[in-house]
Order: sequence, then C-alpha cells, then structure tokens
Amino acid sequence: MSTDSIAAPRSNSAQSPKYKRNKASHSSFEMFAWLFMRLSGVVLIVLIFGHLFVNLMVGDGIHAIDFGFVAGKWSDPFWQVWDLAMLWLAILHGTNGVRTIINDYAERDGTRMTLKTILYVASAVIIVLGTLVVFTFDPCPPGAVIDLPSFCPVP
Amino acid sequence: MSTVETELPEPASKIELPAHLGGGGDIPTFDITLRVRRYDPEFSEESKWEDFTMTMYGTDRVLDALHKVKWEQDGSLSFRRSCAHGVCGSDAMRINGRNRLACKTLLKDLDTSKPITVEPIKGLPVEKDLIVDMEPFFQSFREVMPFLINRDHTPTKERLQSAEDRERFDDTTKCILCAACTSSCPVFWTDGQYFGPAAIVNAHRFIFDSRDDAGDMRLEILNDKEGVWRCRTTFNCTEACPRGIQVTQAIAEVKQAILARQI
Repeated sequence: MSTDSIAAPRSNSAQSPKYKRNKASHSSFEMFAWLFMRLSGVVLIVLIFGHLFVNLMVGDGIHAIDFGFVAGKWSDPFWQVWDLAMLWLAILHGTNGVRTIINDYAERDGTRMTLKTILYVASAVIIVLGTLVVFTFDPCPPGAVIDLPSFCPVP
Repeated sequence: MSTVETELPEPASKIELPAHLGGGGDIPTFDITLRVRRYDPEFSEESKWEDFTMTMYGTDRVLDALHKVKWEQDGSLSFRRSCAHGVCGSDAMRINGRNRLACKTLLKDLDTSKPITVEPIKGLPVEKDLIVDMEPFFQSFREVMPFLINRDHTPTKERLQSAEDRERFDDTTKCILCAACTSSCPVFWTDGQYFGPAAIVNAHRFIFDSRDDAGDMRLEILNDKEGVWRCRTTFNCTEACPRGIQVTQAIAEVKQAILARQI
C-alpha cells in the first residue's frame, strides 16, 4: 500500500452531498402528507370552482361583489364553513407543497431549517387570522359611527 | 404431407457483395467530434471539456468512439465498460444530456453535425473522467434487502410459482443496476439522501414476488422520509432506463402497497 494515495475526489468537498442516510424515521408522516396532498387537491377543486361560480356567475355575477356581498355570505353558516374549509385546505396544501420544494432544493441543513421556519410561521399567522375573521366578522360593529355600510341599522 | 414449402435459397456467398450483385456496399463513414468531460484530481480539482475528432462508421456506438480515443488518441481517458452489449450496466453515462448506455447508443442516431457531449452520470461523486463512485447507489440497493427471504422449510426442489404470479413483477426483474435512473432523478441530485428509483425497483421485484415473505419489511424501509414519498413522478427514471422498465409505475405500485398496508 502506498502511503501517498490521494483522497477520494469530491466526496469530502464542501458542496458535495453527504450520502450517508440520516437515521431512519419510523413515522408515516410523509405518507400522510402525500395522501393529504391528493385528497385536499380533489376537495379544493370543488371548493374553489364552487366559490368562483357563486361569486362571479350567479345572479348579477361579478357586478354584485362588494363589501355587502361578502358580509352577506359570512352571515350564513354554510358559507362560513365553506370558506373556512377552503382557507385551511389551501394553506395546508400550499404549505406542504412549499415544504416539499424546500426539502428538494435546499442544499444545506441551515438553509432548510430557516426557510421552513419562515414558512410555518407565515402559514400559522394566515390560518389563525383567517379563521378569526371568518367567525368574528361583523359588518356593523357596535360603537362605530362613520364609514358604516348602508344596510347597517342607523344608531 | 401435401403442402409444399417454398424455401428461399441460401445466399450464394456470405462475403460482402458489391451493390450491383445485391450487396449493401461499404458501411457509411462520417466525422464526429466527441466532447468529453475530463476530470483528474491528480492534476486539477476542476473538470474541463476536451474535444476529440475522428472518423467513425455508421455501425459504431458511442462506446466505440470512446475506445478509439483511448486506444489511439489519449490513453488516459477513463471509463467503465465490461460486456459492451447492454447487459452488465457498467457504462451508463450522460450522452448529449441524457443518461444512456454508451454501448447501446449508435452514433448515427445522434446529431453528428454537432459535438457529442459525454459526461459522467450526475449526482454521484466523480472519481476520474467518466467513472463515478457507485457506493452510495449500492448502499441504497443493499438497504432494501434485494434477496429472497422465505421462512418456510427449504424445499428439496424449486419453489413453484404460477405464470400470473411471475408476471406480476416481471418488469422489475430486468434491472441491470446501471444507475441511469437514480442519477437522472432531480431529487437524488440535491442531497443524495433519497433511496432512488433503482433501489425501489429492486424492492418492487421482491415485494410483489409471491414466494417472498419479507414484503412488509421492505415496505417499512421504503416508508422512510427518504423513501418512495420523495418521488415527484417526473418520469426522468422511466425515460433513462436502458432496459425499458416502467420505473415510475413501479414506484407508484410500491406507494399503493404501503398505503394499502397502513390504512
């Protein structure tokens, strides 16, 4: 054996991937994430096209959309549940998609962690805020006197 | 027997005939430029392109061009090849940007008016020129336990199987472990953690074998976060496979088997 044998090329350089596989994960999270993407995708097609049809085609169609139109929809529990389902499924579907893209393309663990943290915080804020709005929306808040829509009872 | 069979007469001679006597004539020749991605860590950490021009025959393959370079122009050119007939899976390389076997790619099928680029397969560490370190690839292969596991008593004759049961995994028995699929997969390129199509194909070959008892163990292994769920169905592997294995379909079947087992 010669002692001056050269190191294996590229295997140890900074940008080369480490091939030793991380410890095996004994959870089915990735399977459920995969399944969720398919199922939520199917449900979202129904929800989104139903949403577009009702908003843009039915009745006066696009000309009927204003503050009052949205306020009217959210006074109906049916549309509250519809919009809530759309919000949750779309955000979780999108978040999982971006998570996958980060996993596939981020080359360093640090980059991956940072990007995913930003992603999860952003999704959590949107989901919480959106849910709050859908359930607590009141077009005529008590105490307000200016800029009230015309259908509110005059105080 | 009443039917009279009309047999075609044997050709008078099997030596090459001139065209007016029915021979095919000379094999056409053409000039090509072979642009090879060279890398030699003893001289430089950077790889570079090197062009070789030569006259080749219409019956020649990319492997013949590489041989011509190595034997007549530059003996330092390094590449793997063993059987040279598409069976051993040694000479997978990236030819004109596509993963193929050099021994199954005819030069006349490529665009010979432009240089033909030849690179090592992507995603595995290059050792020299067109030779890559295949160890990570075989590591994944070993992890799926690509051998028959049967807990019954060893029979005194062969283990019988119906033709239908054999047909179930016929496609994935064709794999020659050339790594053309795994090194064409963009998910594998990034971090090398993904098991890769070849390992899943070879797991599929045993998971769906009626004589094998360890399908559950293999499904458990491939349910890992680096397992089948990292497949994005880009079909690069199916396009790259020199054996025509429907790789993406095999991966999808393994996904379904895991789902069916868990739910």
